Amino acid sequence: MTEEALFRAALRSRNLVVGNLLAAAFAIGALLSLFWTPYDVTELAIATRLQAPSAIHWFGTDHFGRDILSMIMVGAQTSIAVAIVAVGIGMGVGVPLGLAAAARRGSLLDETIMRGNDLVFAFPSLLIAIMITTVFGPSALNAIIAIGIFNIPVFARLTRGAALPIWTRDYILSARVSGKGPVRISVEHILPNVTNLLIVQGTIQFSLGILAEAALSYVGLGVQPPTPSWGRMLADSQTLIAIAPHMAMFPGFAILLTVLGLNLAGDGLRDLLDPRIRNAPP
Amino acid sequence: MTLLDIHNLALSIHGTPVLKGISLDVAPGEVCGVIGESGSGKSLTALSAMQLLPEGSDCSGRITVAGRDVLSMREAEICRMRGADIGMVFQEPMTALNPVQTIGHQVAETILIHEGTSRSEAMSRAAETLARCELPQSRFPLDRYPQELSGGQRQRVVIAIAIALGPKLLIADEPTTALDVTTQAEILSLLRRLVEEDAMGLMLISHDLAVVTGLADDVVIMKDGEVVERRAARTLHRDMTHPYTKALFEASGHQPDRTESRIEEPLLKVESVSRDYLLPRRSFLGAHPKMRAVDDVRFEIRRGECVGLVGESGCGKSTLTRAILGLDPVQEGRITLDGQDVFAEPDVRRKMQVVFQDPFGSFNPRHRVARLVSEPFHRLNRAATADEVDEALTSVGLAPEDKQKYIHEFSGGQRQRIAIARALIIRPELIILDEAVSALDVSIRAQILDLLADLSVTYGLTYLFITHDLTVVRSIADRILVMHAGRIVEQGTTDEVFEAPRDAYTRRLLDAAPKLPV
Repeated sequence: MTEEALFRAALRSRNLVVGNLLAAAFAIGALLSLFWTPYDVTELAIATRLQAPSAIHWFGTDHFGRDILSMIMVGAQTSIAVAIVAVGIGMGVGVPLGLAAAARRGSLLDETIMRGNDLVFAFPSLLIAIMITTVFGPSALNAIIAIGIFNIPVFARLTRGAALPIWTRDYILSARVSGKGPVRISVEHILPNVTNLLIVQGTIQFSLGILAEAALSYVGLGVQPPTPSWGRMLADSQTLIAIAPHMAMFPGFAILLTVLGLNLAGDGLRDLLDPRIRNAPP
Repeated sequence: MTLLDIHNLALSIHGTPVLKGISLDVAPGEVCGVIGESGSGKSLTALSAMQLLPEGSDCSGRITVAGRDVLSMREAEICRMRGADIGMVFQEPMTALNPVQTIGHQVAETILIHEGTSRSEAMSRAAETLARCELPQSRFPLDRYPQELSGGQRQRVVIAIAIALGPKLLIADEPTTALDVTTQAEILSLLRRLVEEDAMGLMLISHDLAVVTGLADDVVIMKDGEVVERRAARTLHRDMTHPYTKALFEASGHQPDRTESRIEEPLLKVESVSRDYLLPRRSFLGAHPKMRAVDDVRFEIRRGECVGLVGESGCGKSTLTRAILGLDPVQEGRITLDGQDVFAEPDVRRKMQVVFQDPFGSFNPRHRVARLVSEPFHRLNRAATADEVDEALTSVGLAPEDKQKYIHEFSGGQRQRIAIARALIIRPELIILDEAVSALDVSIRAQILDLLADLSVTYGLTYLFITHDLTVVRSIADRILVMHAGRIVEQGTTDEVFEAPRDAYTRRLLDAAPKLPV
């Protein structure tokens, strides 16, 4: 399939287009907030606190009078940054581990890696995060590390599972006949054939990362004030939900729509990159 | 009265015409063989009769089964007809059975769906049917799972499912292609017996002329979605008129021209090689039991020779291949190439290359041909030059421009040429051909055999030709090794082995092989 045909197929996929548009909206908001926000998010204006959405404050203001739209824009930065780095850690460590396990399947190395994965899997992600933040103190960096560690076994297991059937292919045997070693074969032959899966899983882990960051910030273990974060905005709104429901609504929608968008995009990508599904009539 | 009558059937899928004006009929007790190469539309003809066509299909013409028009039936009627009036046997017994259901359950299922009998009655009828397919209860109880059976036994279960309701018509689509020669002979005689006992009509679809002419009464030859010829099987080889039929016959018995260029100097020496596999532990602390896959194998291949290694699946020939290539260690014995040990001196491995069976699985789908073909240069620690890639492609009859393409742009035969180009590019002395032509249509196979014969002269190549197909080795090999249960049971020149086989197993293989009428 040529790039052009792939692009045309991408435009036909409703999931992919809607998902990408949603994700892009938040990415643009986050980028824009690097240079400009409607109001300064660190400036308190008690006089105009808890205002409902209006022409001046589109999404209203919070209990310190900060503009919620601006906070959501800056919060998107945090969410995206945390999720990207966490997925990066997961892939960067998990994929090589998975490739190594598949290359030496059945060996002690394989067993060690996979049982180590099981160990990490056995802990709920939030528990790991709480453990790390209790030891090192709550901060954005620790949140990232916690979410990243949780991502490692996901990618390791996925990579190993996808790589195993490829190792039995004749072209691998033929590469071995050409004298190529396991590392080279993993990089040249296995990795390109599992990339599709990794991209799709990456998108889904990205959305889970955003959720995880929101959850950590909600319980106060993530990004610290005054940096805005969607999770903490939700936590702040909790006691005021009866008088200022917009405070909970907008960050809630932001989380919902981003995660939805990324999941849709992940689904669409999977359909697009899997030739078996792609060729089937819609 | 005819059982299946297909008249002027035309089929298009998503607007592309696939079948054009097919007419054929099958009478009770008659075996109608349908022969064609891949893409000729023979399977789609059978699927049309059962209305199991892929989405977007548009059928026209007339298909009647036992006098009833299939094309005008409603879906519910067609469902009643499938299984009850028409049974179907598929090619791949591994995938035609559900691995998590017992064989008894799978046979009984057809009976339960169609006749609504009690479960225990369905099971007892399943037992009878399996016994008719030579799977007696004493040895193959109903609660066996498919993976506990061999390929041939599985195919018997598939046949039992197909005939459980006593259908009038049986459609068998390449029923023996995935099986060994001796198993193939058993399955074919089972099919013949069932057809005679039940006066069923059998539509036997195959690419193999010898299989079809051996079993069928009538033969229909298809090409590009059309019937090109229809003859009585017994006299086909005398009566055939269509050039395509003649070409098929010629290709099936094709003998490539080979000039002997043998030098009395051993190139490959396999000296009492044995290879054990560890099986899973039987108990928690027990030792791994061992399975001897290759047992005290010794032979020599001289420079310029083409040696055929024949054996059925599981005889150890793949294990032996991997040992020769130096990929898996052996427990006993020595393998030397050109005097050098392939394990102790891995550098010598650059003098051999391999071509595999599956033209679809042998290439990384994400690399271009130039990169695929030049992979063996890794051994020489340098990259291939553009000229070397061009020459390799030209020598196997492809164009240098093809190096920019991806593998999915090529047909099966072209892919096999690319595989040969890849094997050839670093000028090895020995090429191991592991079932290299088994997956190809006969006409393409003949071309590849010719190509191999040419190349052996041009480049002074020695071949080790590993296959289960006796007709192929007969046409190309100078000498033949017969392998059975990990041992070489017979070796000799091709004529010796074919004319005067000494070993009982070789004789069984030769008897089982379907032969073309001469």
